[in-house]
Amino acid sequence: MGNEISNLEALEAEAIHLIREVLTELERPALLFSGGKDSAVLLHLAMLAVKPKKLWIPIVHIDTGHNFEEVISYRDKIISHFDLNLIIGSVQDSIDRKTAVEEPGNPSRNKLQTVTLLETIEDYKFDALFGGARRDEEKARAKERFLSHRDAFGQWNPRGQKPEIWHLYNTKHHTDEHFRVFPLSNWTELDVWKYIKSRNIELPTIYYCHQREVVRRNSMLVAVTDLTPKLEDEESFVATVRYRTVGDKTCTAAVESLSSNVDEIIEETQTSRISERGATRVDDKFSEAAMEDRKKEGYF
Amino acid sequence: MELLRFATAGSVDDGKSTLIGRLLYDSKSIFEDQLQAVEKTSLDRGDEYVNLALLTDGLRAEREQGITIDVAYRYFSTPKRSFIIADTPGHIQHTRNMVTGASTADLVLVLVDARNGIIEQTRRHALIASILRIPHLVLCVNKMDLMDYSKDVFESIKEEFQEYATRLDIKDVTAIPVSALTGDNVVSRSLNMPWYDGYPLLRFLEEVYIGSDRNLVDLRFPVQMVIRPISDSHQRDFRGYGGQLASGILEKGTEVLALPSGFKSKIARIEGPDGEIEQAVPYQSVVVCLEDDIDISRGDMLCRPNNKPIIGQDITSMLCWMSEVPLDIKRKYLIKHTTKTLKAMVTKLHYRLNVNTSHRDLNVTSLELNEIGRADFRLSSPIFFDDYKKNKDTGSFIVIDEATNATVAAGLISGEAFLDA
Repeated sequence: MGNEISNLEALEAEAIHLIREVLTELERPALLFSGGKDSAVLLHLAMLAVKPKKLWIPIVHIDTGHNFEEVISYRDKIISHFDLNLIIGSVQDSIDRKTAVEEPGNPSRNKLQTVTLLETIEDYKFDALFGGARRDEEKARAKERFLSHRDAFGQWNPRGQKPEIWHLYNTKHHTDEHFRVFPLSNWTELDVWKYIKSRNIELPTIYYCHQREVVRRNSMLVAVTDLTPKLEDEESFVATVRYRTVGDKTCTAAVESLSSNVDEIIEETQTSRISERGATRVDDKFSEAAMEDRKKEGYF
Repeated sequence: MELLRFATAGSVDDGKSTLIGRLLYDSKSIFEDQLQAVEKTSLDRGDEYVNLALLTDGLRAEREQGITIDVAYRYFSTPKRSFIIADTPGHIQHTRNMVTGASTADLVLVLVDARNGIIEQTRRHALIASILRIPHLVLCVNKMDLMDYSKDVFESIKEEFQEYATRLDIKDVTAIPVSALTGDNVVSRSLNMPWYDGYPLLRFLEEVYIGSDRNLVDLRFPVQMVIRPISDSHQRDFRGYGGQLASGILEKGTEVLALPSGFKSKIARIEGPDGEIEQAVPYQSVVVCLEDDIDISRGDMLCRPNNKPIIGQDITSMLCWMSEVPLDIKRKYLIKHTTKTLKAMVTKLHYRLNVNTSHRDLNVTSLELNEIGRADFRLSSPIFFDDYKKNKDTGSFIVIDEATNATVAAGLISGEAFLDA
C-alpha cells in the first residue's frame, strides 16, 4: 500500500471526518436507520468515528408498518447487540392522528414517511440527521451537499444550497432548522458492497438469494405478501430472488438472483445493467422529477 | 484501487455535459434504465440524437432550460481507478461553482469549442484552477468533428493556451483533441485524428500520476474530537484524539508538539478504522493516543516540535466571494479554519482580481458575488496555518455570515504570486 490510500479507505475517511464534525458541532444529532445496507454501513461508520466510546446518539427508524419481517428482526438484533438507543417514528401513528393521509388506491407509504419523519424531528428537536443516501442513486441527489440544509418546514431548496468548499462544513443554522447529513454521498452501490465485505458488516437476510413466492408485475418481481396479494389475473410462482434495496413492502421489488454471499453480490453488481432504483423501486418511475419533488417536501 | 477526483469546467455550449455523458456511456457506467429514460426524454424534446447531456442535468429547471444550475457529482470506475466528477456549470455563478467543485479536485478538465478556440471563459477557468493549485489541467479541445479533425486547428489552440498557462502556476498541462458527440479520443483512440499521438482522455485520467501531489513532509493533525469513554469500565482510562491527518506521516513513537499548549509527548498508539496501525498517511481518519496526559481539545493541532505551522492572528488571503450580499469591510464575520471557528474582520482589502484579464484593480472597497480579491483578516484568537501552496487543509478557510449563517466566501491563505501583475 505504501503511502497511497485506496478508494474505499478514502471514502471511509471522508465519511468519518464528516460524522465527527457533525457530532462535535451540532447539539442533537440522530441517525436514520432503515435496516437497509446503506444505513448498516452508515451506522458502522458512526460507531467507528467515536470508537472505543459507545455511539450515544439516538437511532431513528421511520416505520411504515410495511416492513419485511427479516428487516425488523435484523434491526432489533443490531440495536440490542450494540446497546443503542432506538426511536421509532410510526407512520401508522401519523395516519391515526390524521396528519398523514393514505391515498386511495395507492398502498405505498413511502411518501407518508416524510410526515412522520418531520414530526419525529420536531418532537425530539433534532438538529442533524445522518442518512445513508448516495449521490449515485438518482440525479437530484447528485446535486445535494454532504451537509444539506432544511428550513423550519423541513424543505430542501436545491437552488439555495450553501457552497461546500474543501472539507470545511458550515454547521451554523437557525433554531427550528436542521441538516440532513450524508456521509455516503460519494459512495456507489459497488463501493457499499465492497465495504460490507472488507469490514464484514452483517445485513438482513433478504439481501441474499432465497426462495420466495412472487408475481411478475410491470416486468418487476413482487413478493406475494399480506399487503401485496396476488391479483386475479396473476399467476404466482416460486423464484430464487434477492432484494437490492429494502423499503416499503408495497413498493419494493425483488430481483432474480443466485447470489448467496457478498462476493457473489459484488460480482452481480459489477455486471448489472439496471440501476438499483430502476430495478427495485416501483414508485420512482412515475416522473423524471419524482425524487426532486419528494426531496423538496422533506423526504430522506 | 486509487481514487481520482476531477472537476470539469466549461459551458453547455462547449459540450461539457455531452462529454461527461460520453465518458460514462462508453465506459459502461450508465445503466440501461437510465439510458432508456434519456432516450425517451430526447425523443420528447425533439432532439435528433440521444442527448447524453440529459444524463447529468438533474433538476427540473435544468432539463427544461437546457442548463446546469449547480455542481453535480457523477461516479464511474474502470479496472484501474475510481473517479468522482464534479461537474461545474460555466455560465452562471461561474466562479462560485467552479471553486466549490474544484476545491477537492486532483485534476481539472477545461473544455473549449474547437470552432471558437481560447475565449475569456477558458482563461478564467485556468486562472481559478491555478489559484486553487490544482496540479493537473487537461484542455479538451472539443467538437473536432466540426473542424474536419484538423491538426492545425488543434495545434494553434494548444499553443495559445500553453502560452497563457506559462504565466500560471499549474504543474502539468495536457491538451487532447476530442469529439464528445462522436466519441473520438474520449474512451478509444480516434481513427479520424491519426496525427495525435497522446492518450485518449479516459486513458489519460487512468494514468496521470497523483501520488506526489500530497504533502508527506509537514506533520499536521488538527484535532476534531476528544474521545473519552469514561462510563465504560474497561476503557475508563482511554483518552484519544480523533481527526483526519492533513499532511505528513504519523508514526507510533513520533515526538509531537501540541498547539497551542506547547506540551510535547510521543504517539503511543494510532487506531485506524480497522484496528491499531503503525503509521497513518494523509487523509486517513484515525484516533491518536499520546504517552502523556496533556490537555488537548477540539481545534488544537499536533505537529512536530521542529516543524511547526505559522501561529498567528493576522492572515493575508485570496478571497473568492460567493454570496449575493457583497463583502462589508465594516462587519464582523466568522471564519472556519481546520476544526476551529472564530470571529474575524477584514483589516485591509488590497485589490480585486479581474478573472478574465488577470488585471488587478486597486480601487476596491468591497467584493461582490463571483469576485476574487486579496484581503487581510484579523482573527479573535491565533490559528495554526500554512501557506495554501504547501498545505491545502491548513491553508484554507471559509467565511460565514453570522446573521444569515450563509457561507459567503472561500479563502486561501497567502497564495500570492500566482501571476504577474
